[in-house]
Amino acid sequence: MKKLMTGNEAIARGAYEAGVLVASAYPGTPSTEILENVSMYDEIYSEWSTNEKVALEVAFGASVSGARAMASMKHVGLNVAADPFFTIAYEGVNGGLVVITADEPGMHSSQNEQDNRLYAPHAKVALIEPSDSQECKDYLKRAFEISEQFDTAVLFRVTTRVCHTKGIVELGEREEVGIREYIKNPKKYVMVPANAKEKHIEMERDRLPKLHEFSNTTDLNRIELNDSKIGVVTSGACYMNAKEALGDKASYLKIGFSYPLPDEKFKEFAKHVEKIYVIEENEPYMENYIKALGIDCIGKEEFPLCGEITPQIIRRIVLGESTPSTYKLDILPPNRPPALCAGCPHRGIFYEMSKYKNKINVTSDIGCYSLGASAPLYVGDTVICMGAGFSSGIGFDRVNKMAERGKKVFGVLGDSTFFHSGMTGLVDAVYNKSDLVMVILDNRITAMTGHQENPGTGRNIKGEEAPMIDIVSIVKACGVKEENIKVINPYIMSQNKEAIKAALEAEGPFVIITKQPCALIKEVQKKRANLYSEVDDEKCTKCKTCFRIGCPAISMVDNKVIIDKVQCNGCTVCVQTCPYKAIKVHQERGGKNE
Amino acid sequence: MNKSLLLAGVGGQGIILVSKILSEGLMEEGFDVKMSEIHGMSQRGGSVTTQIKFGQKVYSPIINTGEADVLVAFEKIEALRYIENLKISGTLIVNEEEIFPLPVLAGLEEYPDGVIEELKNKVDHVISIDARKAALDAGEAKSSNIVMLGVTVKALGLENIDWEEKIKKYLPPKTHEKNILAFRKGLETL
Repeated sequence: MKKLMTGNEAIARGAYEAGVLVASAYPGTPSTEILENVSMYDEIYSEWSTNEKVALEVAFGASVSGARAMASMKHVGLNVAADPFFTIAYEGVNGGLVVITADEPGMHSSQNEQDNRLYAPHAKVALIEPSDSQECKDYLKRAFEISEQFDTAVLFRVTTRVCHTKGIVELGEREEVGIREYIKNPKKYVMVPANAKEKHIEMERDRLPKLHEFSNTTDLNRIELNDSKIGVVTSGACYMNAKEALGDKASYLKIGFSYPLPDEKFKEFAKHVEKIYVIEENEPYMENYIKALGIDCIGKEEFPLCGEITPQIIRRIVLGESTPSTYKLDILPPNRPPALCAGCPHRGIFYEMSKYKNKINVTSDIGCYSLGASAPLYVGDTVICMGAGFSSGIGFDRVNKMAERGKKVFGVLGDSTFFHSGMTGLVDAVYNKSDLVMVILDNRITAMTGHQENPGTGRNIKGEEAPMIDIVSIVKACGVKEENIKVINPYIMSQNKEAIKAALEAEGPFVIITKQPCALIKEVQKKRANLYSEVDDEKCTKCKTCFRIGCPAISMVDNKVIIDKVQCNGCTVCVQTCPYKAIKVHQERGGKNE
Repeated sequence: MNKSLLLAGVGGQGIILVSKILSEGLMEEGFDVKMSEIHGMSQRGGSVTTQIKFGQKVYSPIINTGEADVLVAFEKIEALRYIENLKISGTLIVNEEEIFPLPVLAGLEEYPDGVIEELKNKVDHVISIDARKAALDAGEAKSSNIVMLGVTVKALGLENIDWEEKIKKYLPPKTHEKNILAFRKGLETL
């Protein structure tokens, strides 16, 4: 049977067919849909883990216990999971173990474009790179075989264009591989120094030479001979882009198994072609290796290191083709950056914070709230990585004090980020007596990546009821004083105002928890479907104060302020902001404003 | 020869749904097809694009400067933004609807006048339609993406594929009637 699938859907299908029993992940673009699709197979236990490190450790434990297991994450997630990753490399596996890293050349939705192929030689873990959806499915099955054959974890590297491109996939059947026997083996699985020293030597002496030999013989690394003038060494999405650009005008060495790299295949390929181009996105990973073999090739001296390498770039560099002409227009479009949605529960508190520009610094985090840093709110001095909203705020605040700036620091992050790595920052702030104000924007869901459940949601990935971890109790248990905790409804501006005022006056760590579910959650949309706000034209003076909250539902049409009924959910932040009381909320039958 | 199709619009307009329907129909017709969707931040009212290529054998769906046979803009300034991807002599299908981006709402930038006129003056083949109005005529403003699907199908000459069955497959049952009407409105535009 044939089906049109994204790379992520095909990876999930591959997991199913490979007999995987345990799959874990933390959501992150472009990897999120892998586990979402895996969770639809009842044969596989799947879980949203609290972060990527936890996800990898869950999968590792399952592997040692005897099952085929996998953990998936976005590229920066592997940084979080790097600690177990490097030592799992020594230990090897029992049931097959595959770690999926979804990289983002071009940073469509990420904070950096690190090339996670480099993790493979660093940790000495086998590396596999599929190029399209069919290969995602087929190679994942191969990855489990390789993992078990060579007693190694396998890093499975995909990129946005592979994850989010739909292609035709031929489906297969599930193979039940069952659960392997677990035999206690501290020398293999207890990495105290004495055992680790042995395992490191064993890995270098036994496993890596075998993998190296495999790399030179496997059909995952294949030579396609066409015209001998141009030779292309490539992998992943770049293979598809190169084929699209050059077709039969080039010969190819397609690398599907990319750590260890196949030295013999490179040498053989070099004999067949006159000139070698190494086409790879981001780092010159294969290029450096090939050059070290003494083989001449063209890589990053011609191809860009930053961003994606498209068919057009390849045609320009390899064939010398100029960019096709196109239409040039005299009107330029205004920018269209992403924005906080109409009715977003983050808007109210961000607007209130925006009034204190000279009194506070805001260390923000990864999630929808990073949008608060753009116009017209401009709330956010830093965004770096998951959890840093709190922890970087601790350092920022210390130096603000040393420099006597008289400014408080507000650290901002969401509920899922709090569970991911915000809790550790909270404990640090309490333990080290920081005056940081920690704002937890609790919208009951992992919103930015498209609504995944988290420990605060009350449901698991399958939609089943799950314990709802109470953030307020955690904050209290960590030792934040009762009077320094404010739990508020961020739709009510007076509560935002009072909480921020109290935080500014308080001493010691202070926590504000905003509680209001994401406006895009289906049940929320249903509940608020009949709520909307409307401008009274007679009272409106067009002072544009309501524009400062940055709501995409409010616009000026024909010199009249209009609120789009379809987008508006009656959150009433604009109603409360209007100095002339010119905006009113309407509640049609069935709507309920809470 | 492969055909390439770039769909551009605003997060929430239902572009990815239209792209799924198109790709599925093309696959069943026997074409090789690849569709690339870039999302993530884009669901928050940002600019969204999908790229579809179909033909005998497709390797990469990526469309660069001057490469799209058809550009389908679900909002008119998105036609301006992506026009450079259109081939000379390619077809532009543009929805006349205006969705103000935040910098315009905040008064930092202006929404330009005369967009459709400029497009018609400079681009050889322009199909311009008020998809929202057509969708409203069919009963539901939200179906404007399905109107655009209808126009696109007609412009590509792919009416022989059973699109109505695909619409039924991907959309909730109670919306079938209005969406099929919207699709037919799109077909009738040309």
